[in-house]
Amino acid sequence: MNPHTASVGPDSARRGNGEIMSKFNRRRFLAKTLRGTLNGGAIAIGLPLLDVFLNENGTALANGAPIPMRFGTWSWGLGMSESIFVPKKTGPDFDLPEEIAALARIRKHINLYTNFHVFKDDAPNLCHHSGWVVLRSGIAPMTSENRPGETIDVSVARQIGNATRFRSLSATATGDVRDSFSYEGGNSVNAPEWSPLRFYQRLFGEDFQDPNAESFTPDPRVMVRKSALSAVRDDAKKLEKSLGSADRARLDQYFAGLRDLERRFDLQLTKPDPREACIVSEAPEDLPTGLDADLVSKRHRMMTELMLMAVACDQTRVFNVFYASAFSSTIKPGYDKPHHTATHEEAVDSELGYQPNVSWFTRRAMEEWAYYVDALANFREGDGSLLDNAFVYCTTDQSFAKTHSIDGIPMFSAGTAGGRVKTGLHVDGGGSPGCRLGYTAQRLMGLEIESWGDKSNTTSDGIGEILA
Amino acid sequence: MQAQPPDSASVLRTRLLTGEQYTNTIAQIFGEDISGSILPPIPPMARTDGLLASGAAFVGVTSDQISQIQQAATSIAAKVVDEEHRDFLIPCRPETQAEADPACAELFLRETGRLLFRQTLEDVRLAELVDIAGYAAEQTEDFYSGLALALESMLISPEFIFIVDRAEPDPNRPGSERLDAWSLASRLSFFLWNGPPDDALLDAAESGDLHTEAGLSATVERMLSSARLETGMRAFFDDMLGFDGFGSLAKDPVIYPMVTGSTLRDAREQTLRTIVDHLLRQESDYRDLFTTRKTFMSPSLAVVYGIPAGNGWTPHEFEAGSPRIGLLTQVSFLAANSHAVRSSPTLRGQALRERFLCQVVPPPPPNVDFSLLEEAEHAATARERLDVHNTNPACAGCHLITDPIGLALESFDGAGRFRETENGAELDLSGELDGVLYEDVAGLASAMRDHPKLSNCLVNRLYAYGAGGPVSLRRDRDTITWFENRFAANGYRLRPLLRELALGEAFSTVLPDENQGNIDGTDASESTYRFSGPRFGPPRQR
Repeated sequence: MNPHTASVGPDSARRGNGEIMSKFNRRRFLAKTLRGTLNGGAIAIGLPLLDVFLNENGTALANGAPIPMRFGTWSWGLGMSESIFVPKKTGPDFDLPEEIAALARIRKHINLYTNFHVFKDDAPNLCHHSGWVVLRSGIAPMTSENRPGETIDVSVARQIGNATRFRSLSATATGDVRDSFSYEGGNSVNAPEWSPLRFYQRLFGEDFQDPNAESFTPDPRVMVRKSALSAVRDDAKKLEKSLGSADRARLDQYFAGLRDLERRFDLQLTKPDPREACIVSEAPEDLPTGLDADLVSKRHRMMTELMLMAVACDQTRVFNVFYASAFSSTIKPGYDKPHHTATHEEAVDSELGYQPNVSWFTRRAMEEWAYYVDALANFREGDGSLLDNAFVYCTTDQSFAKTHSIDGIPMFSAGTAGGRVKTGLHVDGGGSPGCRLGYTAQRLMGLEIESWGDKSNTTSDGIGEILA
Repeated sequence: MQAQPPDSASVLRTRLLTGEQYTNTIAQIFGEDISGSILPPIPPMARTDGLLASGAAFVGVTSDQISQIQQAATSIAAKVVDEEHRDFLIPCRPETQAEADPACAELFLRETGRLLFRQTLEDVRLAELVDIAGYAAEQTEDFYSGLALALESMLISPEFIFIVDRAEPDPNRPGSERLDAWSLASRLSFFLWNGPPDDALLDAAESGDLHTEAGLSATVERMLSSARLETGMRAFFDDMLGFDGFGSLAKDPVIYPMVTGSTLRDAREQTLRTIVDHLLRQESDYRDLFTTRKTFMSPSLAVVYGIPAGNGWTPHEFEAGSPRIGLLTQVSFLAANSHAVRSSPTLRGQALRERFLCQVVPPPPPNVDFSLLEEAEHAATARERLDVHNTNPACAGCHLITDPIGLALESFDGAGRFRETENGAELDLSGELDGVLYEDVAGLASAMRDHPKLSNCLVNRLYAYGAGGPVSLRRDRDTITWFENRFAANGYRLRPLLRELALGEAFSTVLPDENQGNIDGTDASESTYRFSGPRFGPPRQR
């Protein structure tokens, strides 16, 4: 039976509120299925707003379709050596001290933010924790177990991620599934992709719909899956009655997951827009575990390539890449201290004025940041590149890791967000909240928030210097 | 035998299946070739009061995870009905393959649903699944595709992915509640087998046997003598010992060229084999695990231990007088609690206290300034380096509870190889463990064996593991003490302890309502619930 031609009788049963489900009603089942299919269901969610947004600012694909706006995050561990990291000059054409010399080729695509602060207020300064949690969630954590709220990528994904198969994707270069800066809430982490091969399979396995395929036939199995969700939802509702309040909140989250599943099924039933930049490569080989800098770099580059393919194929519009964890354990082969240990134990060289091995680790991180931005800038899409319609937010966990300082924590951004952000600038925050960048990013992504952050981190002051 | 404490009862919990439980469930119902072909769609839990398993009672499921659970469901269902598997996984054949066959679908879904949901499906639910299968068969013009889609919908149901404790009035103790029989079956099964109830256990639940003394006892005996007990206990000790860290453990190949991925896998396996053999096959005293010289050896491990290699895994006994004595001197403990590039007395001391004694070592103080450590950079030995910590008041508080015991293990490098000296300097292995002085690693092993917290800790972790969430010091103290006394009376043997836990009133009785619904059934201020995993909390310096 072709689902598109099936007719629904005028007497199709609709499920009223509070109706108790008895024996499964075939007619109702069909009716629900067809309603969902024919109306397009959740496909409309989020799209109109986004389109308006982009028609004004975005460049277009060859077929005239607008290029969607994207949001990325990138993270490195353990901050910087201030004396050789912070440029002397602010504004355009800033100088590149030796620790960030690797950024020369991407300087025109990025902004560097220094002298922005993270405030802990009455919360303790939790080593390697407060810094990233504030910059990603706006709130200073009270304990090291505590992640007070959802992270910025999740908030943005709620706004711009509804039209893609994955609301957001995360990948880590550490090979460790436990490394993530993406949280829906305190008890629920978005685990990252940690294996290149697994990531590839998830992206381009059975569920992948090639946007450039010539023909499109909705898979009848997807329609069944969508309809069968109502039975699953009934299971969950029944279960809800036997749960305490904390567990009920967890079940609510599960319901949200089912809604997202329904949204994805709707997408699968719709012909995707063609994406000329979408070219799927061969599956990668997996890498061994380990954190030596060369291996991490190799993994980072493989993950980057996969992530960019995912973006170009419009599988996601929100993408997190994790180069190193907050207490980065990256190792320099033959040197007896991992990165984190070195930040505390290596002496500041009196002639150089910094810790040479620690700086070696930071330089490696900057090389990878340069690689990442370069990869986005060189990925052609329409008349421009993937970077043109993206804004990438890049953070770390400390400013000077040796003393666990979070004052003057450095940040970067990359991309122009569809021409609305100026790049190539060094911005001095003058001691203002680092959350200003996250706030600016969320506004750029269309979130109608008046302010962002808690207590002294609260801000409603966007970084005007970068707005075009 | 002394009576069980009068208020022994446990909290109703809703646990997310762990990745391993998910895999074990699929393996048990559909076979290992199917479970082995998919990665479990559930990430590791946050370690909670010493156990990953306890994190399952609190973790939320993100939308992204639901979609991964759905993807896994699709893969599993497709395999179950493919030509290779259908004839032995589906108990009937459709009359016509291109059409629905409600009778055959019902047979399969009834049996499979009972195993997946760990209870008999209600008729309404079953009928609904049969209808889904029928409708899907019409849509796809294939009976098997239809069946697969109905199976998929079970595999994403909360009844499958959450293990839910449900209560009912206890007819033997008016006014009290007990776990209903299905919940009790699941609790026993995930406790002892780390997998779902089998058909016989579900039968015992359905018939009411499980709520009779004789029925429960017979069931527990059967479970304790099943081969699945070994699977269950390996999972428990793997969790308690923090062996999930092996998933991302690696050593610097320049410094430790003899240590490869397979060496580390074998190190984990060696310890699990030692434990299972000692506790389940030999039925020996738990405490002796810390002084035993018996273990098993693989060729790649033999290189690290510096002994001749046999073929495959072979039993091995270190000579009397060898520095290899007990679990603490096995490569797994030594290498997992070191850096990639060097040993760490702090990490080893912390692991010893947290894993085996259930003590909590506080994280480093906020705002700590590590400048003092620079002076120690060129120290020859860890003892000299750590002197900085132990003489600085801000650091000493915690480092004094970890470092002295870790220093006794400094004759093993970061990969667990024996060494006489470090950077040419003599090693001083003497120290003190909670009032017991020792001169060398054998002294530490013996102090550990006789530590008063050692058996209490195992009981605590096993109880939490079985009851599905962390122990509360206020609520469960008497219960734990009671079981600890029974453990001692039974010669510190594991199987009798498992039996008493499984049969104990605490396990099947449910706390009164007012204690339910909070995060761990206690008031938050008193809670012992905390995350303490290596990645979920900050690591100790060094």
